[in-house]
Amino acid sequence: MAGDIENPIIRVRDITVQFGATRVLDGLNLDVKRGEILGFVGPSGAGKSVLTRTIIGLVPKVAGSIEVFGVDLDASSTSQRRNVERRWGVLFQQGALFSSLTVRQNIQFPMREYLRVSQRLMDEITMAKLAMVGLKPEVAERFPSELSGGMIKRVALARALSLDPDLVFLDEPTSGLDPIGAGDFDELVRTLQRTLGLTVFMVTHDLDSLYTACDRIAVLGNGKIIAAGSIADMQASQHPWLRQYFHGKRARAVMS
Amino acid sequence: MSGEPKLERIAKGNALALCATGTWTASFAPVLERMVADAEKLAGGPQSIFIDVSEVAKLDTFGAWLIERLRRSLTQGPIEAQIAGLSANYSSLVDEVRRVRATPVVETSTITITGMLDQIGRTVAGLAGTVAGLVDMLGAVLAAGGRVLIHPRSFRLTSTVHHMEQVCWRAVPIIVLITFLIGCIIAQQGIFHFRRFGADIFVVDMLGVLVLREIGVLLVAIMVAGRSGSAYTAELGSMKMREEIDALRTMGFDPIEVLVLPRMLALVLALPILAFLGAMAALYGGGLVAWLYGGVDPEAFLSRLRDAISIDHFIVGMVKAPVMAAVIGIVACVEGLAVQGSAESLGQHTTASVVKGIFFVIVMDGVFAIFFASIGM
Repeated sequence: MAGDIENPIIRVRDITVQFGATRVLDGLNLDVKRGEILGFVGPSGAGKSVLTRTIIGLVPKVAGSIEVFGVDLDASSTSQRRNVERRWGVLFQQGALFSSLTVRQNIQFPMREYLRVSQRLMDEITMAKLAMVGLKPEVAERFPSELSGGMIKRVALARALSLDPDLVFLDEPTSGLDPIGAGDFDELVRTLQRTLGLTVFMVTHDLDSLYTACDRIAVLGNGKIIAAGSIADMQASQHPWLRQYFHGKRARAVMS
Repeated sequence: MSGEPKLERIAKGNALALCATGTWTASFAPVLERMVADAEKLAGGPQSIFIDVSEVAKLDTFGAWLIERLRRSLTQGPIEAQIAGLSANYSSLVDEVRRVRATPVVETSTITITGMLDQIGRTVAGLAGTVAGLVDMLGAVLAAGGRVLIHPRSFRLTSTVHHMEQVCWRAVPIIVLITFLIGCIIAQQGIFHFRRFGADIFVVDMLGVLVLREIGVLLVAIMVAGRSGSAYTAELGSMKMREEIDALRTMGFDPIEVLVLPRMLALVLALPILAFLGAMAALYGGGLVAWLYGGVDPEAFLSRLRDAISIDHFIVGMVKAPVMAAVIGIVACVEGLAVQGSAESLGQHTTASVVKGIFFVIVMDGVFAIFFASIGM
């Protein structure tokens, strides 16, 4: 299932994104292969979140093309686009849970829209998802404002997974979690990727995640991908930022 | 291999095999649910049953759960149901859903008579709480004002000026336009009806008294409650939601002093100015209509106005303005700080802010009317 090079699940070609006079992404190319966990790193403010938001269609691009599941998102009809959106899940940096709905309603929201199934099945699947992301069933009736930061991330992941998507975008999933929680989260992403055959696009700053969870790493700098490959390739790279990132104090601590 | 999911029943000796084939994923969930519900009826039969999943092309949480649900309901009884032919790819997924406990019963709230009475009782009891909250906020604002008087350097001039711009300067065009139109309408209606008695000229008396005493300030106060009261509630409410107010507190700032006082002060200064401009615009509009529609020329209008009204009318109107501003500001700030964590709560409190603001403005207007009548103004 993994490593289908001919048919990348996401194919980004020459995209340029500009805010006013500042060019954030400048002719960027990126492929994400089916079944892999791609870690996406880069300095703060380099445009990692912008790229994610551009792929999912929240930020308009000036030039270039984006294909997801082989569908060109610019040339697609509304129904094609809906179909693509139904097959991906997005975990936003702050969770973006609907604050006026309970955890259960949040997770069931996409199901209610897209599937015609009974309330009983939705409730059962919700419990399964909660268990998968490591939350207790009691959490289901709470409101987002009554959850801790880590729980919000987990619920948001459960919501992103609610329709069993083929592709998930995770925007800094482990930021704000304690190291053990973050480790669990990486493990969780790994497990879900194995069990559900997910493709994961993960924006992260967390070196641990890169080492333990990711199959491949892409590095963003100056609006382009400056390197992409395995963790070993990254460590071998002579690029100054990469050298600092992967051979700095923290990196040595993680590797040891 | 993929395609419509099926669940075939194949007898194998004295055992029954349920062979699952096709795609068992979310997109087929409604079909799957029906099939599984059908198969669940086999429970309690004499045969032993196993579920063969070796031919399943694709499985996700929905499919895995439904298979697990089927296994559980078939197991209830003397016979044990088994899942057979599970491929290594999916075994971890099935293990995962196996750990899920049966769904706890979700309690749904039903509408009952006692429930409704309970709600009414709570609302009435809540009214006292509302008034207490307002008095509390009034006290807090006055205390903060007192502290600022003692330490004038802690006064936030920039913030106050900023809010003055928002609630006063930027409100001028819309306030002037609307009061102008209201003045026009009052004059037109007055002339239309007074003409039958040949009393056209008395429209000037009516316009002068009404605008200066009541309409000018009341209308402007209602508009300010809708325009600025709601803005205050939304601002403070979203700050509350994002823990900005807690952040201020931990840095040793008093949110009342930093956020509420400048807003209150801006509003208390702004409303008399707006009420004055509004009254002038209404008189101008009324005069214009009286001239063009009623044939009362401007000189006659002005001399009649001078006879009809005294400075008392103007003072009565102006005295009310800052009090109404304070009421609007206090209601808006109390509601803003009462916002809880959800977007829905923000909406509710913003609505409550405007509704209560307008209500209290009208109540205050009535109180003032009694007061001025008894002191003979």
